[in-house]
Amino acid sequence: MRGLFLASACVCIFAVGVICYFLFANGLPFFAKYSAWDFITGTEWAPLRGIYGILPMIVGSFLVTFGALLLGAPIGVLTAILMARFASSRVVRVMKPAVALLAGIPSVVYGFFGLKLLVPFTRNMLGGNGLSMFVASILLAIMILPTIIQTSEAAINAVPNSYYEGSLAMGATHESSVFRAIVPAAKSGIVSGIVLGIGRAIGETTAILMVAGNQARMPTGILAGVRTLTVNVLLEMGYAADVHRESLIATGVVLFIIVMAINFIFSFINRRRVVQ
Amino acid sequence: MSETGATTPAVDITVPTRPSMHLGSRFLKALCWAAGFVTIGVLLLIIAYILVNGLPEFFSRDEQGTLHFKASLFALKYNSRNLSMLPAILNTLTMTALSLLISVPLGVGGGIYLAEYAKPGSKLVKIIRVTAETLAGIPSIIYALFGMLVFVVTLQMGISMLSGALTLGTMTLPLILRQTEESLLSVPMSYREGSYGLGAGKLRTTVRIVLPVAMPGILAAVLLSIGRISGETAALIFTSGTGTGIAGINDSGRTLAVHLFKLQEEGRAVGASFAVAVVLLIIVVLMNALSSYIAKRLTKKG
Repeated sequence: MRGLFLASACVCIFAVGVICYFLFANGLPFFAKYSAWDFITGTEWAPLRGIYGILPMIVGSFLVTFGALLLGAPIGVLTAILMARFASSRVVRVMKPAVALLAGIPSVVYGFFGLKLLVPFTRNMLGGNGLSMFVASILLAIMILPTIIQTSEAAINAVPNSYYEGSLAMGATHESSVFRAIVPAAKSGIVSGIVLGIGRAIGETTAILMVAGNQARMPTGILAGVRTLTVNVLLEMGYAADVHRESLIATGVVLFIIVMAINFIFSFINRRRVVQ
Repeated sequence: MSETGATTPAVDITVPTRPSMHLGSRFLKALCWAAGFVTIGVLLLIIAYILVNGLPEFFSRDEQGTLHFKASLFALKYNSRNLSMLPAILNTLTMTALSLLISVPLGVGGGIYLAEYAKPGSKLVKIIRVTAETLAGIPSIIYALFGMLVFVVTLQMGISMLSGALTLGTMTLPLILRQTEESLLSVPMSYREGSYGLGAGKLRTTVRIVLPVAMPGILAAVLLSIGRISGETAALIFTSGTGTGIAGINDSGRTLAVHLFKLQEEGRAVGASFAVAVVLLIIVVLMNALSSYIAKRLTKKG
């Protein structure tokens, strides 16, 4: 039995190995036919003419994620502080499951909600056709809220109470003790929550595809459409063949490397926190 | 409202309040409440919007103006007129069962190894942890490529429920593995010692004594996985595909989430889309509620 248990534990290692192998084995041959530099820095994506530049999508992914953070990070962190230090336990009892529910809603439902409510709203209030980076960022901000809230709340709760008591003893109020003593002590945990949120935002596909317009050109403004790396794969994989198909798998490779780098930063921050 | 907050320290200290000072902190506190309201408000908005628009879609009025349940939404066969979601519901059940058949045994077995058998801090354990973390962080579109390249093409399973289930099984594996390990580790050592003292072996102790105590935690992870599986779209479109019938293991079949995505993409039947969204939402709320109920019972016992 021990062997069987060990074998199932090792499936994780095996799975990561297989994912890496197949992704790189099917994606890298593309670079034999097309220069990797042109692929990453090319600003034009025209598979029919054999031009594969994914810079617009790389920029798109980062811009949408940046927008999501601009909105989601402050709301998430402040909500976490509220839940950890200001709200009564009765309020927290309601908020915890609500945040978990927010995490559980499928991305296709988020996308549908965005398409039916946020897109027309944006079109009427701000102009453009509504399918935009703006809506995609708002939707992503909502989707990464639970990740940021849960991680930050855990980090704030992990700060020893003596910090708080010490601050009170120095004559500080409850509020300033929270903001000047506790939150700074939980900083690295909060940052790691935000990094985890970035990872989720970069990897999100379905919801963005439904609201972002998906034009494969350099982003021109927040009310204009945008295409991300993830959407590029999902949108064209269905009918792509040959070199075009390989270019999409190569897009996946680029995305994979970006996500791995973000995860590495996350575990680096976490490890440093444990050491402290 | 309880202005001073719930988490005052165990020692009873009267918190000094000097409204003239630390205006900035008081402002920040107000911002915290505002952020909390936004978070809850957004959730309520999404749920209300879907329900208000979706629930009426389950009913239709006849000439006399009486309400009837729209049974055509649940016809056995899908066609472009009735837009039935029954095949998609059944496919979701099949997909969930198949995926769990893969991820639960592997996840629970692996969790047992990590918690009960492995030497803590050994190199292998470290590698398993890192890879499980990696698996958990991989976006679903990468799983879609993985499933397509490995199961659909290389292993020649074609676009089928089986390919989709193997993909989602891999995707939910780290969730179940980690939760199993954590639940097992939280079982007090004395249980194991008592069992050994009565002459039971390692395996017997693990399976008969420790595992049942950890069961609620594992169950909570399984319920969360069900939520993830029924809500997944990107990883399924190129693995289990978009077939509209009731799918067998080797057929292509769309789950509810994929159904919603396709209806939307085809740009028709807004009403039916809302109805599907309602069903999806209900599944997720139900799984979350059950999972937190079980988790609560677990903490009460502990």
